[in-house]
Amino acid sequence: MSAAITVRDVRKSYGDVAAVDGVSFDVEPGEFFGILGPNGAGKTTTLEIIEGLRRPDSGTVSVLGLPAWPRNPRLLPRIGVQLQSSSFFERLTAREQIRTFASLYGVSARRADEMLETVGLTEQGGQRTEKLSGGQAQRLSIACALVHDPELLFLDEPTGALDPQARRNLWDLLRRISSSGRTVMLTTHHMDEAESLCDQVAIMDHGKILRAGPPAALVRELDQPLRISVQSGLISRERAAALHGATSTADDGVSLTIATSHPAHVLSGLAGADALAGLRVQGANLEDVFLALTGREYRA
Amino acid sequence: MKGGGLASLSRAMLLGFVRDRAALIFSILLPVLFLVLFGSLYKNSAVPKISLIAVGRVQLLHQAERSDPGLARVLTISHGRSVAHAIAAVRKGNEDAAIMQHGGRVVVRYSIADQTKAGLVNSVLSSIVQAANQAASSRPPQYTLAASQVEDTSLKAIQYVTPGLLGWALASGATFGAAITLVSWRQNKLLRRLRLAPVRTGSIVAARIGISVAIGLIQLVVFLVIATLPYFGLRLTASWWMAIPLVVAGILAFLSIGLLVGAVAKTQQAATSIANLLIVPMAFLGGAFIPLDFAPAWIRQVSYAMPLRYLVTGMQDVMARGEAPASALPAIGILLAFTAVVVAIAVRVFRWDDV
Repeated sequence: MSAAITVRDVRKSYGDVAAVDGVSFDVEPGEFFGILGPNGAGKTTTLEIIEGLRRPDSGTVSVLGLPAWPRNPRLLPRIGVQLQSSSFFERLTAREQIRTFASLYGVSARRADEMLETVGLTEQGGQRTEKLSGGQAQRLSIACALVHDPELLFLDEPTGALDPQARRNLWDLLRRISSSGRTVMLTTHHMDEAESLCDQVAIMDHGKILRAGPPAALVRELDQPLRISVQSGLISRERAAALHGATSTADDGVSLTIATSHPAHVLSGLAGADALAGLRVQGANLEDVFLALTGREYRA
Repeated sequence: MKGGGLASLSRAMLLGFVRDRAALIFSILLPVLFLVLFGSLYKNSAVPKISLIAVGRVQLLHQAERSDPGLARVLTISHGRSVAHAIAAVRKGNEDAAIMQHGGRVVVRYSIADQTKAGLVNSVLSSIVQAANQAASSRPPQYTLAASQVEDTSLKAIQYVTPGLLGWALASGATFGAAITLVSWRQNKLLRRLRLAPVRTGSIVAARIGISVAIGLIQLVVFLVIATLPYFGLRLTASWWMAIPLVVAGILAFLSIGLLVGAVAKTQQAATSIANLLIVPMAFLGGAFIPLDFAPAWIRQVSYAMPLRYLVTGMQDVMARGEAPASALPAIGILLAFTAVVVAIAVRVFRWDDV
């Protein structure tokens, strides 16, 4: 089966700034693909080029087997788009909003109401969109993007300004959308979001893709030691450092943290000393990958 | 692409307008308020009356009132305590003239602060004196004057207030409607969202035109209903219906201005300021607020550059001056040509999004 999205050596500059600087990747059908990077990395520009909103200076993009530029009316019904801000008609209710979008695609009002149900907004159907909470507005925005049952869904920073609870709710919704076999492509600056949702991520910075692959594989490639921490004072730092397999230790007065590549030895040593209270085991995450790739802390 | 696009976009825009209290106030309520206000203010400005203050017994006036009862429509007479008191009343402008009679000599004191009134006082009183002299000579008058009024071609207040204020209401409604929709849709990325839906740009534009024309026709109906109430007394002339195509052409012209403003402005505040900067001076210079018949010559010259002028005078001609239907055609032509030029400019500066 051919790729849902193929991006080849795409470049786009604004003045002297190369917003997208030679980006290539493929998204397979059914995949949940994320472009991850700090603000200003070029994620949104890349997404807009794929959506067909912007013309790349050079390079080619094909979406569902068709060129993304120029705007192709035959392609539009097959893709769904959710934009960064909530793009609604003024002073319409949630139900009127999604029905309007539905009719633009020739989709029935009944199907629009079902979609409202799917995202859990039936109760808010009669409310003006200006009155919806951030999470509700974002769910409505995604419902509007899905109302015509597109094969491919684009999400630009879907959880941008949401509180943690609303983010978790939205993640559940996005997982359900993805498990129905649709291809989903999102941009995010949240590492945990990419790690939790995406089958594949491309880490982007300064217009370039630094590394791409499944999040777990990227972390494993890094081959960083695990960090095992327990409550401070259970075991002296000297004894901890002497445990078999411990490479380094640190104690901030709250937790004693041991870095190791052989967690089994360290854990059995700690168990032998009866020093497992408050135990936490942390592996490397995408933040460490970013740090390793760019040499600087990740700042969203 | 689909017929549903135009219908559902129009519906969404209409709901957005009807639920926007500010838009309703500015496009309908405020102009109607102005119409009621100006219509009432200028209603009785037709026949000026002069008021006299008489000191002592003025035989001449009694005699004149007896022989011509119609005099009461032009003159009101009050009585003063003393000469000083009467003259003070004239000085203050409370009375137009003080009058007193000493035998055969009638003395009138008036102020020339209001020259029209002063002239009127002079001519009315000298005609009374002449009539009295003529009666005193007890000979039949040798000459009589047969005067009758000619149909006045200058307009009564309500006849220029109605098309003027309606023109202003139409102009601001269409300009603001287009400019603010365009800017806010670009700001909240709805324009971009629509670009990614299978909707033609033509459908978006057609929906906006449809809604603005509908709003304009509602404004026309509301204005005509109010102005033709017996209280205001606008009598529409035969080809008033030509106001309908004029309104449509005017709406197109001002939509094009709104489109240009919306294309240039980045924020809603900027759009509102630019639109105000264009529409308010135009209302003064284009004959909407100041009737061109009474305006200084330079305003009349400048007005030819204002699209509002053609809308307002076009409507005046067919609604109040009783001109033939074809008289509106040049105005319609100019408005449409103006639209074409401004649209061509707006399309060149138009952007789908901010970046």
